[in-house]
Amino acid sequence: MLSNYIKIAWKVLLRHPFYTFITLFGISLTLTVLMVITSFLDHLFGTHYPEVNRDRSLYIGTVLQQDSAHTSMSSGPAAFGFLVKHAKSLKSAERVTILSNFSFSNTYIHGKKIKLNTKFTDADFWYVTGFQFLEGKPYNEANIKNGDQVAVITDALRDQYFEKGASVVGKNIEIENVIYRVIGVVKGSPPTRVYTYSDVYFPYTAPKSNYQDKGMRGRYIAIVLAKKASDIPEIQAEFDNHIGSISKEEIRDGQQFTVLIVRADRYFDHFLNTFARDDTQKALFYSIIGLVLLMVMGLPAINLVNVNVSRILERASEIGVRKAFGAPSKALLWQFIIENVFITFIGGMFALALSLLVISMINASGWIAYADLTINFSVFLISIGVCLLFGLLSGVLPAFRMSRLKIAEALKV
Amino acid sequence: MIKLQNVEKVYRTSSIETLALNNINLDVKKKEFISIMGPSGCGKSTLLNIMGLLDAPSKGQIEIDGSKVENYNDKDLAHLRNQKLGFIFQSFHLINDLSVIDNVEIPLLYRSSTAKQRRDLAQEALEKVGLSNRMKHFPKQLSGGQKQRVAIARAIVGKPEIILADEPTGNLDSVMGNEILGILQKLNEDGATIVMVTHDDAMAKKTHRLVRLFDGTQVM
Repeated sequence: MLSNYIKIAWKVLLRHPFYTFITLFGISLTLTVLMVITSFLDHLFGTHYPEVNRDRSLYIGTVLQQDSAHTSMSSGPAAFGFLVKHAKSLKSAERVTILSNFSFSNTYIHGKKIKLNTKFTDADFWYVTGFQFLEGKPYNEANIKNGDQVAVITDALRDQYFEKGASVVGKNIEIENVIYRVIGVVKGSPPTRVYTYSDVYFPYTAPKSNYQDKGMRGRYIAIVLAKKASDIPEIQAEFDNHIGSISKEEIRDGQQFTVLIVRADRYFDHFLNTFARDDTQKALFYSIIGLVLLMVMGLPAINLVNVNVSRILERASEIGVRKAFGAPSKALLWQFIIENVFITFIGGMFALALSLLVISMINASGWIAYADLTINFSVFLISIGVCLLFGLLSGVLPAFRMSRLKIAEALKV
Repeated sequence: MIKLQNVEKVYRTSSIETLALNNINLDVKKKEFISIMGPSGCGKSTLLNIMGLLDAPSKGQIEIDGSKVENYNDKDLAHLRNQKLGFIFQSFHLINDLSVIDNVEIPLLYRSSTAKQRRDLAQEALEKVGLSNRMKHFPKQLSGGQKQRVAIARAIVGKPEIILADEPTGNLDSVMGNEILGILQKLNEDGATIVMVTHDDAMAKKTHRLVRLFDGTQVM
């Protein structure tokens, strides 16, 4: 039965190469766009190098302070001391790291200026993240305690500052007139991993880290690692409890603030909270995303419905014959749905090949340094789901109309 | 085998009402071979469609092999057509995208049978109409007579008791026409009940009984 349907679907495709080309072009293009977007979203929000534990991590990145009249508001990263007090102390977490947002510095080599991104972290940073050390090792608690002027650099900076592929552990690097000893070299990460990306990593006790600043606001964020993903709600509750117990005096923060909002969120929620603070804004965000998806998928699907419906007439005789010889409407409905899903999957295969090409071009273009876009298993599964949805969306209505055709009418054509 | 009682068929459009069949009473016995004749537009094909459950009457009752189909739904009707009826059309209605053998297998797709059983039965049917050497061909590679023989093989592959043929020789020359009639006669001798619509007096004379229609009314 199935092979009979597929045979017919294949023949129908070959019957009008031009229409087939238009149909497959539309399907492939739509699915390619969706697959590349999915891959990009996975690149942004999925669990990837060096944030290999993102699926069981919480991010504390923003301290929001407001006065009671809502006339003044201040929001931004936290002070180191604030995170030590309220995040490091979380008992339900496996480990908590505190790290600065990256900042810009300069260094000079042979009189030529190199612009750098620098970051200050604690020793737990290397435990919470999964950086691959190509050489040397991370700095530890002892280095931090002693205020050692050591640095971990990326392979890209090594190649630029020293020599491509050279062994540099123990050598000195001068940044902003301070000399640091290179203690380790890591494989760099894409700048889209905004919290862990940098060219150089210093212990937070190194010069210019401002870790001793007082107050709530500063330049630091925390990443909380849970033992397992299911512990996350418990950690969030404990953190909310910590924040809830902060005294009014502390909340005032030397000014007139009465409201303090600090949250420990999963990465995507954390990202979403930076521009959609309340539920209404989030609902709006999801509605816009839904609408865009509907447009991207719905319009080509409607077009395909039109093409399919207009091609029904050609097959009226076949429908009449099948019904005359005992096909119930339901069997015909399934036949045409299967045919459409088959065509969509052919489009899906083209789209997959095209997506791999586009993704490899993005990765190779240098548009995002260390870009690691992939069609991994979950992206592939989502793509298959999208193909199926698209096939059903564009196939059900024409199939329904076909199956309802009156036999005597169909055989007259 | 087929019983029609007070059957009426009216076609309605927004402005006009046409009475295509008027009070038809017909009883086709088992193993009978009857022909239906009449001028163009007199309702022959409509009558055949109603007998074959391809169209519903506006009034009246139909009985196929003792089953009254009045309250049958789409699925029941499809099942009855599949088990009891085989159709042959003037314009063959073969599916051009399928090979001869795949076309012949169609009625069996809607029964519970294995691919091997379907292939064997289709081969057997094609042998009966003398086309076993054209199994892999496609309809476009066949002559009119060959196409109609494929259509007959398709009609008989499920071994139905009733065969309904709508001008089966209408698109063929007289030699081919006689050949097709010969096959139908042989099927009738083997036990099939056949109802054939025709314009050809000579052909009609070779059947057991003639039903004549005029303006939707049975005149003979």
